[in-house]
Amino acid sequence: MPMSRSLVLKLLSGVIVFGAWEVAGRIPVSYAFPTFFESMAALVDMTVSGWIFEAYVETLRPLIIGLLISAFIGIALGLWVGLSNWFDWLVSPIFIVMQAAPLAALIPLLVMVYGIGLTSKVFVVCIMAMPVIVLNTAGAVRNAPTNLKEMGYSFLGTEQDIILKVIIPSASPIIFAGLRLGTSAGFIGAILSELKITPTGIGDIITYSRSIADYPSMYAAIFSIMVLAVLFLNFLERTERYFFAGNVRGYASD
Amino acid sequence: MDTHPIDMTRSATNASAAAAVSVRGVSKNYGQVEALRDLSLDFPRGQLTSLLGPSGCGKTTLLKIIAGLLQPTEGEVEVNGKPVTGPGPDRAFVFQDFALLPWATVLRNVAFGLELRGVRISEREAIAEQYIRNVGLAGFEKSYPHELSGGMRQRVGLARALAVDSEVLLMDEPFSAVDEQTRRKFQEDLLGLVAGENKTFLFVTHSIEEAVYVSDQIAILLPRPSRVSEVIRPSGLRTRNVSDIRRDPEYLDIVDRIWASLRSYVE
Ligand SMILES: Nc1ncnc2c1ncn2[C@@H]1O[C@H](COP(=O)(O)OP(=O)(O)OP(=O)(O)O)[C@@H](O)[C@H]1O
Ligand SMILES: [Mg+2]
Repeated sequence: MPMSRSLVLKLLSGVIVFGAWEVAGRIPVSYAFPTFFESMAALVDMTVSGWIFEAYVETLRPLIIGLLISAFIGIALGLWVGLSNWFDWLVSPIFIVMQAAPLAALIPLLVMVYGIGLTSKVFVVCIMAMPVIVLNTAGAVRNAPTNLKEMGYSFLGTEQDIILKVIIPSASPIIFAGLRLGTSAGFIGAILSELKITPTGIGDIITYSRSIADYPSMYAAIFSIMVLAVLFLNFLERTERYFFAGNVRGYASD
Repeated sequence: MDTHPIDMTRSATNASAAAAVSVRGVSKNYGQVEALRDLSLDFPRGQLTSLLGPSGCGKTTLLKIIAGLLQPTEGEVEVNGKPVTGPGPDRAFVFQDFALLPWATVLRNVAFGLELRGVRISEREAIAEQYIRNVGLAGFEKSYPHELSGGMRQRVGLARALAVDSEVLLMDEPFSAVDEQTRRKFQEDLLGLVAGENKTFLFVTHSIEEAVYVSDQIAILLPRPSRVSEVIRPSGLRTRNVSDIRRDPEYLDIVDRIWASLRSYVE
């Protein structure tokens, strides 16, 4: 029965969090903090009117493009960095700096170079998402167990076999962890770019609702993007479980 | 009971005709650590040679050099008269630490050697299933390594090496984690395998009894830096019935002699 028990626990934690939100909204903690039910009502309104769907079409475009670029290029770069010392020396510092850079300060620069359109927003998502993907992938590849690589060579694996059938699968838990962190950071980047570059999509709902003091709508938008991020992360987890069943359930090397 | 120190003057052609694997003057240093020093040994074709020696004396190192996974600092290894430059289809390795892929099922692990050789999936799985049955793991084809006991994992590694059907089997303590009953059964199976197939077995073990029971030739290694101190051939035992070997006076005699020469290092 562990399935139904974990479901009960999830529901319970949901009730506690949303209950606390409702209570905080009713006290109220701040004039600008609506209750849980007000926010949900606003969310239903937005859904019925279709406003939120239009917004997501706008928001998801740079987000998905940016995440796909970050995932593919990030993993490819990470593999290369992990496999070649020379490339590691050349590329790693860039991503370490990128990870530490204050993004908000970079946005004006990006806008100056790439304008206020889609390109800049995709860049923001990539800057947020890519470093952790690259660095995680590289680390995992570098630390792939020597004994498994030796085993592969002894059974006549080619360099390519070892990379595809030993190194990548053994690195996959950490690569996926990087993808999850990168995805969360990408969501932050997408919203940040809509707040800092041009208000479109969800960023627009947030900015606009705040300007007319429609706080329930503002929180509904924030809530919806959080739900979406969680769903997305769940999807990633499922993908990992599907491809690397033995990895997720444990390790043979005690 | 014939014992002879290794004869270094034997001519190369003569040696390579009889020996499937010959190791000549191999030294191996890991930085400051001198693991092997000027080690020479011939492994006769179709026979089982045990490497017996204290822990850390370089048995795994020697096996990996023969497998082509490590470069010797000095000296060379020949397999079937050809110098070893890397891994080859004529050798299969059973790893001391099993080296199983944790994300792959037992079936895929056992078939992995064949997979890397490009054998079609249906064919290699049929072969793998056969060897899974042979090592007594039928019914566990779909299990993952972490769901198996240590001894079962070890048998997966064994089946993987057997499945590629190499001439030379490099077995690094292949029975160390199985229980005593299974161990005895495997030792008998191994004797059957040595007798029935024209394969050459290199067998690392810590157990004097096991070495005497299964070997055509036992090489006793000294502690680091390792050389062969003695080669013992329990030849009389190989003609006995497997169930009588442990009662044979020659068996007991050789076990005692090996213990006598090793005990000085275990103070
Ligand atoms: N990669 C390595 N780097 C440095 N030293 C090593 C390395 N591998 C082995 N050694 C050293 O070489 C020596 C021989 O190691 P090896 O694994 O061959 O011993 P072994 O005879 O197989 O021991 P055991 O019976 O415990 O398995 C050891 O003293 C070890 O410290
Ligand atoms: Mg060893």
